[in-house]
Amino acid sequence: MVQPATIDLTALGPILDRYRGRGRESLLPLLHEAQDVSGWLPREVLQAIGETLHVPLADIHGVVEFYSMFYNEPTARRVIRVCFDPACHMAGSPAVRLAIEERLGLKPGETSQDGTITYETVPCLGMCEHAPNALNGDRTAGDLTPADVDAFLEGVYPEPEPKIYGGPLIKLARAGKIDPTSLADFEKYGGYKALRKALTMRPEDILSMMKGSDVLGRGGAMFPVGLKWEMTRNAPGHPAEKHIVANADESEPGTFKDRALMEQDPFSLLEAMAVAGYTVGAENGWIFLRGEYPRAYKRLSNAIEKARAAGYLGHNILGRRGFNFDIELRLGAGAYICGEETALFEAIEGKRGFPRIKPPFPTTHGLFHQPTVINNVETLAATTAVLNMGVEQWHKLGTAESPGTKWFCVSGRVLRPGVYEVPFGLTVRQLIQMAGGVIGREVQAVLLGGAAGVFIGPRRLDTPLTYEDSKAQGFPIGSGVIMVFDEAVDLREIMYMLARFFAHESCGKCYPCALGTQRQLEIVERVLRYGGPLPGDVNMLRDIGLAMTQTSLCGLGQTAASAILSAVDRWPELMQPDSSNGRIVSDN
Amino acid sequence: MTNMVTLTIDGLPAIVPAGTTILNAAASIGIEIPVVCYHPHLTANGLCRVCSVDIGRRLQAAACVTTVAEGMVVNTQTKDVVTARRTILEMLNSTIDLSEAPHLQDLLLEYDADTERFDGMERRESPVHDDNPFYLRDYNKCINCWRCVQVCAEDAQYTFALSFDGRGFHTLIGTFEGDGMMDTTCVFCGQCVGVCPTNALKPKRQFLLEQGVDPDDIFRQTRRGGKRRREPVAEN
Repeated sequence: MVQPATIDLTALGPILDRYRGRGRESLLPLLHEAQDVSGWLPREVLQAIGETLHVPLADIHGVVEFYSMFYNEPTARRVIRVCFDPACHMAGSPAVRLAIEERLGLKPGETSQDGTITYETVPCLGMCEHAPNALNGDRTAGDLTPADVDAFLEGVYPEPEPKIYGGPLIKLARAGKIDPTSLADFEKYGGYKALRKALTMRPEDILSMMKGSDVLGRGGAMFPVGLKWEMTRNAPGHPAEKHIVANADESEPGTFKDRALMEQDPFSLLEAMAVAGYTVGAENGWIFLRGEYPRAYKRLSNAIEKARAAGYLGHNILGRRGFNFDIELRLGAGAYICGEETALFEAIEGKRGFPRIKPPFPTTHGLFHQPTVINNVETLAATTAVLNMGVEQWHKLGTAESPGTKWFCVSGRVLRPGVYEVPFGLTVRQLIQMAGGVIGREVQAVLLGGAAGVFIGPRRLDTPLTYEDSKAQGFPIGSGVIMVFDEAVDLREIMYMLARFFAHESCGKCYPCALGTQRQLEIVERVLRYGGPLPGDVNMLRDIGLAMTQTSLCGLGQTAASAILSAVDRWPELMQPDSSNGRIVSDN
Repeated sequence: MTNMVTLTIDGLPAIVPAGTTILNAAASIGIEIPVVCYHPHLTANGLCRVCSVDIGRRLQAAACVTTVAEGMVVNTQTKDVVTARRTILEMLNSTIDLSEAPHLQDLLLEYDADTERFDGMERRESPVHDDNPFYLRDYNKCINCWRCVQVCAEDAQYTFALSFDGRGFHTLIGTFEGDGMMDTTCVFCGQCVGVCPTNALKPKRQFLLEQGVDPDDIFRQTRRGGKRRREPVAEN
């Protein structure tokens, strides 16, 4: 693409004017808006942004360099992003990419001569139930075949809706049944009932309800929500200095559960956050949404606007004097690490998404180093479910130690991939059966918990999905990923993609992860592509895994070797020099 | 009066004020925990993790940023601790030119690191930046300890000339849009050069002397432009 000799800043002026007087915490939103003008961020634009927000230029540069979706080199306004991670790969992403590349005459990372279109292959877009999927600018597309490529590129290919199955649908009760853009619809189907009920209760009583419900964090860390809310409530500070953050940055390959709620029932997230704000005594709500969820962004923005207009956000909510709560929607920019809670805070604060050292913990030193509740979207949805149905009813679902329902992201080689809301206690086999069973002859392996999870073989399919079994049998529930592989899948290819994902998403802060994810990728790649492992490769993977798992600074590095080592342990033949492509015969 | 905390390090008792790091507690009883990125006068960020020690949990604790707790049992040389330490050092050595980092050379020897273990794998490479009369930036030798970035920012100088390029393995220290130092906010205070542990930042005079350049020639080369000291110098 030919770079214009001078950059026209006239379109930027009005945007900058709106941001004048604000500080570094506005950097990410301003970079997004500025980039929308010309598709990328030339130095003149960055300089103007630096002057407007009073942020050092070097720091702005560091931020732009960190996030994959910010460009400081000529890039088109329309970017085609095609997923190349496992679920899409198995569903035919390579053929779709080939068709797109032929049609556009571009290789990944290239921009067309006329500067109107950029093409990229990207990590998981969080639409695995519609694999293979892609983004055309802000338009989502799924279930693509090479024949759909023309319609997709012209922007006339239909946008897919999330697929929701299972039951009883508690947290997703409204999803798919109401108009997600209509507040009236939401209210008609029980919306804001939980908030009204909460306002008749004392915050202390809501806290004991939450503690009695045993809701554990559904993002993967399993921290009890009642305890988190109580610690933040008890932390010193005025409500104006406390925060409720919805972690909507789900980006792990195979994870797409939170998108289902945000696209289909966005008001319910706002309601849950308001309840949390009331209970904790926090006035500031933040939703940090991954940058690759354009439709969830539109629907949440619309919901926030309507909720604010109707008095569900703002001052003296529902006539309750002194109950103030509002929400700011923040868009990420292509960095999985920002799902790590402290990295997410850094991103909102306008910095590179480097995780912080803990302690101190968010309940006392969170966003802007103020007391903060940060919950996964599904966790927040669980809190309103508990409020609506009561602790007793909630405990009737699931098992004694894992009450309630869980969203599982079933994807890969099954007939009906989708988000399955089911009570805790179902086995992996039951979930696969609910999803219509395996495509192909038999289940070769299942990836449980996500890229940071573990592979299990067919003999462990009767493992019940509960927190207690997860602890006893050493597998993570994680973000609820159940990715199924049939006998035709070359597991080494999947291992390679997981390794590639972690190497791409490591932030680079601590050495074991920055170096280890890269070396792990190189070893797995030579096993897959270059004639098998060299002597010592297995030991290297184990040592790298030990260093990353035990000494990394945050959860990303601590789990980056988990799935790969689990495969090496269960199927040692994967690491044999003579291991052939395709089918793995062992079934242990 | 400060609260004192009693803990055990490698079987030896230590009594230190609350809030002390494991690193300093160990030092107080003569146990040296190895460090790479840590600098006593700068904010500790727990980057290199070479100081990680066993505190009886699933995860090891980075001694430079973990404070002691009453009754804590620390082991600084368990099998896992040593394996992790050696592996990090081996990976670092396979990525970066450590030839001018004597402290790291010592650690590689001490932990019996196999310096050829990751041979042939990708190194973090970058052209040498010779863009000002005062110092060279050779990021082939840079281990990303962040010391230069920190002294340039809130740890000392508040100049904010340095930040990062890229992310993950490919993270490098960088300037705004890759500008030469003369075009940044750099005031050439020299603090970054002073804290660099690997000679990635090197005084130009030292570099030229090592090249065998005559001191008079060095004077001429680094004093061009008379008093116009901010005149940009082209990259070599």
